[in-house]
Amino acid sequence: MSTPFYVSPQQAMADRAEYARKGIARGRSLVVLQFADGIVFVGENPSRALHKFSEIYDRIGFAAAGKYNEYENLRIGGVRYADLRGYTYDRGDVTARGLANVYAQTLGTIFSSNAEKPYEVELVVAEVGDEAEGDQIYRLPHDGSIVDEHGSVAVGGNAEMISGFLDQRHRDGMTLAEALQLAVQALSREPNGGEREIPAERLEVAVLDRTRPQQRKFKRIVGRQLSRLLESGSGSGAGAAEGDGSEESSSSEDAEE
Amino acid sequence: MEANPRSTGRLPAAFLTPGSSSFVDFLSEHQPEMLPGNRQLPPVKGMVEAPHGTTIVATTFPGGVVLAGDRRATMGNMIAQRDIEKVFPADEYSAVGIAGTAGLAVEMVKLFQLELEHFEKVEGAQLSLEGKANRLSTMIRSNLGMAMQGLAVVPLFAGYDVDRGKGRIFSYDVAGGRSEETGFAATGSGSVFARGSMKKLYREDLSEEQATTLVVQALYDAADDDSATGGPDLARRIYPVVTVITEDGFRRLGEQESQELARAITDRRMQQPDGPRAELL
Repeated sequence: MSTPFYVSPQQAMADRAEYARKGIARGRSLVVLQFADGIVFVGENPSRALHKFSEIYDRIGFAAAGKYNEYENLRIGGVRYADLRGYTYDRGDVTARGLANVYAQTLGTIFSSNAEKPYEVELVVAEVGDEAEGDQIYRLPHDGSIVDEHGSVAVGGNAEMISGFLDQRHRDGMTLAEALQLAVQALSREPNGGEREIPAERLEVAVLDRTRPQQRKFKRIVGRQLSRLLESGSGSGAGAAEGDGSEESSSSEDAEE
Repeated sequence: MEANPRSTGRLPAAFLTPGSSSFVDFLSEHQPEMLPGNRQLPPVKGMVEAPHGTTIVATTFPGGVVLAGDRRATMGNMIAQRDIEKVFPADEYSAVGIAGTAGLAVEMVKLFQLELEHFEKVEGAQLSLEGKANRLSTMIRSNLGMAMQGLAVVPLFAGYDVDRGKGRIFSYDVAGGRSEETGFAATGSGSVFARGSMKKLYREDLSEEQATTLVVQALYDAADDDSATGGPDLARRIYPVVTVITEDGFRRLGEQESQELARAITDRRMQQPDGPRAELL
């Protein structure tokens, strides 16, 4: 067996980070924004069935950019973690912070283990609070770090430019329609400074809506409701979260709650 | 697998293993001791005394199904609880009512609800009504060991079948045997009397309102003849739990509605204590 070349640990880590970043950058970006009644997830996704955004638990949503099989695996792991925790203790004891920690440990261990290739994913874990102050958004890059974000966050290929754009324009207390329109504007920006059109059919939109009466606050926004929100002038979108055309993902309409 | 995955804080390998969308399957692989059916009961002489829930009734009507339960839990000759709830939503289009050992039943319902929710989150789609009924069957079967020691759980499962566009009822035995019922069904200690009552009152063209009246009549008759079943308690304002599942999903009758229903029936029984009379021929 020939002697392997010496690679300094710095170089090895830099190579792994580069590898993961390149993988993530191949995917389309997605954004997560706070609005008056909760948190909205917006991304470009030509598929109707393979989601980038999902429900993890009553108040917790999940968004991911990068390699599908890897983040799907992490998503299911997260659902199992949350359901097991809620079953062992109580539904109220499942928090986004706990979940983000577990994800960070998982990604971090895989990133620094030589036995596995680093995951090419970047995650967002968000939890909607009873008030806007209670909302939490965590961004989890490929290497296992956690970034506690406020207001808006973008992940994926063009994330830096998009989050710069969002930082300048996002403000607290936006209506759902305003936040959605801003998100679409941000996603339409090209790295070369141009803009492109994203048709409504290619958008995947989901919200964690604290005003929902059900225990489960996650809901996908599709069809007529989505086009209505995209068309409505700014300011008139308040309270548009309920209504037709929406795919109700919640199931337990607990009368006792 | 790592020596001790928990020490690193990362998700243990079982969490990231693709495959099953079932929470119960996951639990039985990862933490089997958490499953209610896997608990070892110490050897005991005779029956274990624990609060028992009693009568659950259900009836279908065109467009949906009604599931209702009385509010009494007994322990031997004693009333253990007079306002227990034994009918729960399983998910948006189904509900489960449980007779038998109350403590185990409530835990089984909790696990069943979670099982359906877990599947829905992982797969992005709901189980079919048959699928839900079969899952419940498996869960009851896993409790057989405890059932043999007197801690049986016997549910009644009702739901709206979105594919077929109608309400359906499934009944179970302690061994997990499942059978679909047509029209109406009852389980629990008062079920004999409730079934007799429903047999005389049931018609295929019931409206939703008539169906809810029917189940409360049946519970009244069960309470009339079975000491373990509680009738409407007007003084304490404790009324049977009545739930309706239609195309629009699960709905539980509110305090006001159940009160009016119970009062109307009680008022009529003041004149006719045995309830409505069926034709002789």
